[in-house]
Amino acid sequence: MKKKQLLLGDEAIALGAINAGIVGAYAYPGTPSTEITEYIQNSPEAKANNVFCKWCANEKTAMETALGVSYVGRRAIVCMKHVGMNVAADGFVNGAMAGPNGGVIVVVADDPSMHSSQGEQDTRFYAKFAFTPLLEPSNQQEAYDMMAYGFELSEKYRIPVLMRVTTRMAHSRAVVEYDDTIQPRKPLSYPEPSNTWILLPVNARQAYPILLDKYAKLEQLSEETDHNVYYDGPDHSMGIIASGIAYNYLRENVGDDCPWPILKITQYPLPKARIRALATECKKIMVMEEGQPFIEEQVAGILDSGCEIVGRLTGDLPRVGELNPDSVRAALKLAPRLVNAPSQNVVPRPPAFCQGCGHRDLFAALNEAMERWDNHRVFSDVGCYTLGYLPPFKSICSCVDMGSAITLAKGAADAGYYPAIGVIGDSTFAHSGITGLLDVANCNSNVVIIISDNEATGMTGGQEAAGTGKIDQICVAVGIDPAHVRVVVPLPKNMELIRQMIDEEIAYQGPSVIISRRECMQTAKRHAAQRKAATESQK
Amino acid sequence: MKKDIILAGVGGQGILSIAAVIGHAAIKENLYIKQAEVHGMSQRGGDVQSNLRLSSEPIASDLIARGCADVIISLEPMEALRYLPFLAPDGWIVTNTTPFVNIPNYPDQEAVIGELKSRKNVILLDVDATAKAAGNPRGSNIALLGACSGILGIEPDKLEAGIRELFARKGETIVEANLAAFRAGQAAANC
Repeated sequence: MKKKQLLLGDEAIALGAINAGIVGAYAYPGTPSTEITEYIQNSPEAKANNVFCKWCANEKTAMETALGVSYVGRRAIVCMKHVGMNVAADGFVNGAMAGPNGGVIVVVADDPSMHSSQGEQDTRFYAKFAFTPLLEPSNQQEAYDMMAYGFELSEKYRIPVLMRVTTRMAHSRAVVEYDDTIQPRKPLSYPEPSNTWILLPVNARQAYPILLDKYAKLEQLSEETDHNVYYDGPDHSMGIIASGIAYNYLRENVGDDCPWPILKITQYPLPKARIRALATECKKIMVMEEGQPFIEEQVAGILDSGCEIVGRLTGDLPRVGELNPDSVRAALKLAPRLVNAPSQNVVPRPPAFCQGCGHRDLFAALNEAMERWDNHRVFSDVGCYTLGYLPPFKSICSCVDMGSAITLAKGAADAGYYPAIGVIGDSTFAHSGITGLLDVANCNSNVVIIISDNEATGMTGGQEAAGTGKIDQICVAVGIDPAHVRVVVPLPKNMELIRQMIDEEIAYQGPSVIISRRECMQTAKRHAAQRKAATESQK
Repeated sequence: MKKDIILAGVGGQGILSIAAVIGHAAIKENLYIKQAEVHGMSQRGGDVQSNLRLSSEPIASDLIARGCADVIISLEPMEALRYLPFLAPDGWIVTNTTPFVNIPNYPDQEAVIGELKSRKNVILLDVDATAKAAGNPRGSNIALLGACSGILGIEPDKLEAGIRELFARKGETIVEANLAAFRAGQAAANC
């Protein structure tokens, strides 16, 4: 039955995946991708259909698990933010070489302008690098529709399909029309021969030309598909190539009757012939794309004519940050709008720790402990506790990539730095810190690793963390002396205790772990409300 | 019909509930909707906004262009001013007057209110007090929605239906408390 619902881009993707008959959604939380998995977790239809959707330890385990689903013939999606793709890349790139069986769609949400991220890397490069197709919907309806299409594409060409969205698609709502029937699951199957799944050099040398051959077919498909659309216009002094959310900003400014021809790109690899045709028709090509100048750079290589190409590289559009209706308007040289001057009575309001947050108490104690060390530096990591960089704490000196607090501290200790301290959250530790701690234990490195354990993945909204309840055992299991795996509750009354513990472990010449454990304020509130509701329903 | 609305506030104040009520009402009116939200880092006590666009015609952009917002609805006075460059020349500001001071350098509060008062289309209301007086101290956001119900281009009874829809799963007491806050905001703005 046809239905309509107001959905976030992320939710439209989730619903599209559920209705395409997925067996599982595999993901690690990351803004702006988190709501895809959360929608599936809360969907009665997904539950009734036994869709597996528990959070994974990291994006790599997510990617590989989805490949496992695929290898026995069924469908799965993998969801992550752009930097998560760096973690999943081994499975993704080699998974493309190996070729799936059941359909696999890897949904990656990029975050240009870095609203909640450490960079604005553009996932489209991964599709080109791994020779996979990429879908880039411009709106929520396209996102929904492209899930079923993407699975068919994945199964037909035996290739993982990448779907790329950006913040303003992921986190924007619109009405989506859908059919509420769920496609039946494919029967379990295991194709023979499956030697492309054994990427020994002897097989890989066979698999690589097969992959390149698939890519040539996908290039041809991009020429023919309705997902790449040409709209003619009367003024051929310029032709516009627009993709993703940038296409919306273009339409916002020019309406339905654009004077210039437009080539809308929704499916990659790029349709070279169609781009050449546009260049033959037009004196100049303007490229509008969210993220890095991925299309713009390739267009220069595709065109052998002297056609001028403008976009982010030429400064017609901003080189960094997300586009918006105004930057696109300026690039089109349309009349500027009358705009109020910014108010002089406005100051920035940066994010901060929640009141009562355990990270606060940890950093307060850590700052006291570090006072007696001249010019000290504390390595840290990606999570809520990165806010410890901001005043009033100013406690940390690094936030580079997931898990790095431990290995940065180890490297500094190897180089002779003392005291080498790393502060990491529990979810980040489970994601990518455990292997680093194994290195630390194996080398008997002189570091103090503080795991600020709030029993949640806090920054993304308090999702379950993979290590909850087993952080201490994990530290001991990788080889840290149990006498130097210490647990403390970060509360104002324990300040002196924590400070002393840090002093003692700094003095100890070897690896130690201090677990500072108190539940996230946000999840504690939520859990209290759930308990209250449960008690009331029992009455 | 076209209404471009910027909802502003501080993370946790409840702007997304205002957006959800308007969204429910707009669907009932068969309007097209786009609503861009902020999730993630800035929800931790930082400034947050949502671009809510309603129109009888299809909507292209998820974001509102500068100089084009018909209304700024803000749960915090300084946050209302943050989006001035987005406000259309004849646009309205509807804002709470109670400051949310969680930064050491919050500007002079009288200057903030003074600047707001100097604008031509503005509704200033202490919705925290309005909601409290209506018996729903947690309903400031819905009281603010009530205060702007005259300028949204959506019938107030449709907004009330939206409130019922949004809060239905929390029970009739919560629905009634929010309707009371909504009506109190509506009455306060009209006097």
